[in-house]
Amino acid sequence: MSEAEVPDQITATLEQDPSDTGPQRMILNMGPQHPSTHGVLRLLIELDGEIITNCQPDIGYLHTGIEKEFEVKNYQQAVTLTDRVDYLAPLSNNLCYCLAAEKLLGLEIPPQAQWMRVMLTELTRLNSHLVWLATHAIDIGAMSVFLYCFREREDILRIFEMFSGQRMMTSYFRIGGLALEPPRGWYQRVKKFIDVFPSRVDEYEDLLTNNRIWIGRTRGIGFISLEDMLDLGITGPMLRAAGLKMDARKDKPYCSYEKFDFEVPTRTENDVYARYQVRIEEMRQSARIITQAMEGMPSGPWKAEDQHVVLPDREKMKTQMEALIYHFKIVTEGFRVPEGEVYQVIESPRGELAYYMVSDGTTKPYRVHMRTPSFGNLQAVPKLVEGILIADVIASIGSMDFVLGDTDR
Amino acid sequence: MIPDSLREHDAAKAVDAFDRDALTGGHFDLGELTLEIAPAKIVSVCGFLKYDRKFVRLSSVTAVDRYPGEPRFEVVYHLHSIERNERLRLKSRLTGTDPVIESVTSVWRSANWYEREVFDLFGIQFLNHPNLRRIMMPEDWEGHPLRKDYPVTGYRM
Repeated sequence: MSEAEVPDQITATLEQDPSDTGPQRMILNMGPQHPSTHGVLRLLIELDGEIITNCQPDIGYLHTGIEKEFEVKNYQQAVTLTDRVDYLAPLSNNLCYCLAAEKLLGLEIPPQAQWMRVMLTELTRLNSHLVWLATHAIDIGAMSVFLYCFREREDILRIFEMFSGQRMMTSYFRIGGLALEPPRGWYQRVKKFIDVFPSRVDEYEDLLTNNRIWIGRTRGIGFISLEDMLDLGITGPMLRAAGLKMDARKDKPYCSYEKFDFEVPTRTENDVYARYQVRIEEMRQSARIITQAMEGMPSGPWKAEDQHVVLPDREKMKTQMEALIYHFKIVTEGFRVPEGEVYQVIESPRGELAYYMVSDGTTKPYRVHMRTPSFGNLQAVPKLVEGILIADVIASIGSMDFVLGDTDR
Repeated sequence: MIPDSLREHDAAKAVDAFDRDALTGGHFDLGELTLEIAPAKIVSVCGFLKYDRKFVRLSSVTAVDRYPGEPRFEVVYHLHSIERNERLRLKSRLTGTDPVIESVTSVWRSANWYEREVFDLFGIQFLNHPNLRRIMMPEDWEGHPLRKDYPVTGYRM
């Protein structure tokens, strides 16, 4: 919030006698179990009356050492670890990890697998944005939006369950393609969902976009300048709500995103309301991408042709000696990845997600570093909440859309 | 000195022109440019890259432990220029006995947490860092878990 938008009365008291505010200073501990922090984030807030003068985020409660764990798993096993990083965007993490390994291996991924990947990561984006909208609205006080959003999220989770057997930790992408072919009836299920989804977004907008309470709580709140954002490491919808069109799907297309027709929505107001508008528009664009992927889905294989890396078909494995040997080798020992290093960047629902993978030529990654968007974004919290009212903290940090598992890894 | 293989890369040429002693090596693999920078020069090179070459974003800072090799640690910086849609990797090698490097928080404030994480998990010291404390592990933790000589299962008490 800029200086001018602080209610006059408070500015006036501060200006009258700054030394008089001494006894009103207090330290407030928020979290680590505060419901609005969506995980375990602890904020130490220094207050002057109702105005925040300083804020220290304290993280690390969910640190699980996943980066260490990568080093003792072989490449294919480690896919399952990537789900656990961000429970709202498991497929984005699967994808980024697989793309990094595939780049080192020099694997060519067949078109059907690529289009499936695009479709599924966009469904993941919907899933993540829906949970964000639901919880952000409930934090601010709009209970019904929560129920509407979770209705659609349930549909998406059922779609995930259909192809992977899991609602959240899907682990569906494999190095070289997909784990399985999607089951019969799955496309119809997705089609049924995506046909009605835009009208569901209209419903959320009916509830919020012109809602006076919503506007009052979000417009003009949570301002942070673009320079500060770039300097502090913020990425994703927050940057786009400040007018910067930065999206890895357009800047450096991966997984054949260049073949899809979609817009990157931006706003210039740079407040909580603008971030809400950007995410709503992103949901509509994701729905567009999914529709395009459904309509133009190429036929062909769903995994790459490389017998050293990709498991053979079940049928071949049972009938051909050579296929059986490769199957045995891949399952027991894994496959060797050429020496090298790669930094794979994708656009996760929260912003720039990157995997830095170092290979020493063995069957296990030498080092995997995850550059997660929540970690970068959360660093800007002190700057974001400095000088605003305590009542606006929830709206401001809610608009960042962070997941603490993604932060702490 | 600029390696011959990097002569057609603008970023490498610019860094070499800026400071002839800074660039100690580098390579261009899989479409990604890596420049190796002498640890003593890291802050000045980063400042040059940010202000003159428009690498406004520091995407990440991390490290790789080459134990038992020497120099043991590589500190890895990933830079991003939005204007030119370009990414760059910087690397500085540090010895295992005295892993110390200057902090780049004066160039990008985002380095604050990234470097704290590297300090916490690898035990690399960053000089002139405003708040070099553990960030992931508890304050009283002993050892640095991402070092290669730290067992995956931890130590038994």
